[in-house]
Amino acid sequence: MLYSDKVMDHFNNPRNVGVLDDADGIGEVGNPVCGDVMKISIKVADDKIDDIRFQTLGCGAAIATSSIVTEMARGMSLEQAVAITKKQVAEELGGLPPAKMHCSVLATDGLKKAVDDYLVTHGRDPIAVGTIAHDDPEFDPHAEEHDDACEVTEE
Amino acid sequence: MEARDAYLDYAATTPVDERVVEAMLPYYTEVWGNPNSLYRRGREAYTALEAARERVVGAIGATHPNEVIFTAGGTEADNTALIGITMRARPDGGHLIVSAFEHHAVLEPAHFLEKSGYEVTYLAPRPEGYIDPEDLRNALRDDTVLVSVMHGNNEIGTLQPISELAGVAHERGALFHTDAAQTLGKVPVNVADLGVDAASFSGHKIYGPKGVGALYLKRGTPFAPMVRGGGQEFKKRSGTQNVAGVVGFATALDLVLAELPDEAARLASLRERIVSGVTSTIENTIESATYPERLPNIAHMIIKGVEGEAMLLQLDAKGVAVSTGSACSSGSLEPSHVLLSIGCPPELAHGSVRVSVGRFTSTEDVEYFLEVFPPIVERLRVMSPLYAKMYGSATT
Repeated sequence: MLYSDKVMDHFNNPRNVGVLDDADGIGEVGNPVCGDVMKISIKVADDKIDDIRFQTLGCGAAIATSSIVTEMARGMSLEQAVAITKKQVAEELGGLPPAKMHCSVLATDGLKKAVDDYLVTHGRDPIAVGTIAHDDPEFDPHAEEHDDACEVTEE
Repeated sequence: MEARDAYLDYAATTPVDERVVEAMLPYYTEVWGNPNSLYRRGREAYTALEAARERVVGAIGATHPNEVIFTAGGTEADNTALIGITMRARPDGGHLIVSAFEHHAVLEPAHFLEKSGYEVTYLAPRPEGYIDPEDLRNALRDDTVLVSVMHGNNEIGTLQPISELAGVAHERGALFHTDAAQTLGKVPVNVADLGVDAASFSGHKIYGPKGVGALYLKRGTPFAPMVRGGGQEFKKRSGTQNVAGVVGFATALDLVLAELPDEAARLASLRERIVSGVTSTIENTIESATYPERLPNIAHMIIKGVEGEAMLLQLDAKGVAVSTGSACSSGSLEPSHVLLSIGCPPELAHGSVRVSVGRFTSTEDVEYFLEVFPPIVERLRVMSPLYAKMYGSATT
């Protein structure tokens, strides 16, 4: 199992680490029993993601996917941010090993939760609810492992 | 601080000692005959093969040359011991006991036998990291054909009371196998003293080549071969013998045993330094298993609130090689079955690190590891959304 150079770059030099003190929305997903937990905090201005930070407990892929998703989401509209797919995250990183694809779900779910948290606390309807894999009690992140359709390999 | 290449994963594999390479080379280009051929070239190879066998027989305390069967590694020795003994001793089914923290080379053949109609008990170790002979006594049945308990655990490094366990098994008429891949050359391994019927050994853990191992089978032990063919190795393991590899294995074993007493003491002091260095400078770290009987070369610790693969990769970036029982490190999805078996919760098992030292480990390697490791742990704890919540501040 090998990580792409870009995964290693984001793992060794993660972008946007931390917590925004005056966050407008916070999303936290994962479970320490499974070995990975992610927390994203966002600042929202004009329905766009103005600032974003993450904290992640997890493996190299969990940290790298968290880092890249914060870069991808910054400046996006809320609708665009919740539409980011695990496949896009993996592609942006130059591919992920199949056994690590579930890590990109952690990152996209964390972002979706943060957006919905912002909307709900501001009296608006959530837009990601129903698409958050970690909300499903039956969700098994490891079942994603052999989903070859989202496997991207670096040439 | 200068970057180093600090290999601290000797429990995974070892480099082949140059003296071993030297001993092996002639058997590739000069004495290359088939040891089963009758003419001169064959006889030369046969002589080398049997001389190597005699050395291994003597080194492990076997009594007859035909008690040592060369295999293509420790995994093959484990597989053939479990399947070969069980299926010959009780072809119509029966009961096996293996410890729950065996290497996969034992667990998987046990699963295979289970699927083939045998009943298998996976005997849980005590939380301290050992199999209690009384627990084995309670698990034995009249139809128990074979018990397999490893001599030294490859992750947490605890030694098992094999002679007592083998005695308990024999009282109930069961045969006893031990996987001694981790202990050979680190602690005395004498099959007669251990009282076992079968034992597995591996070349690449003792500065010998990969792909060579040996199975000790006490004379009279029931056994059906798994690898069938030309009848080599006393009809117990067919295939033209890997003469150079076997010479390498025997040479490596001679060297490791000649150096054992001094080397074991040196490794034990490096191990102690690693454990005390980590647990005294990094908060919320513990040694994984407390059983005092242990391999001199394996330090195994839980670093709370950190994921193992992340630690491993960051150490790798500093030139340090270690291993971890985290799920993410291996491609498998569960954390180490060894840690779970001794009652370690999964969230802690994900943060385990194994540091194992060997022949070419220097004090400087260990001190370098102890210098680079604390900031890595701190950095990962700061990055975690849980650490400060659970343990207070991540910074020291």
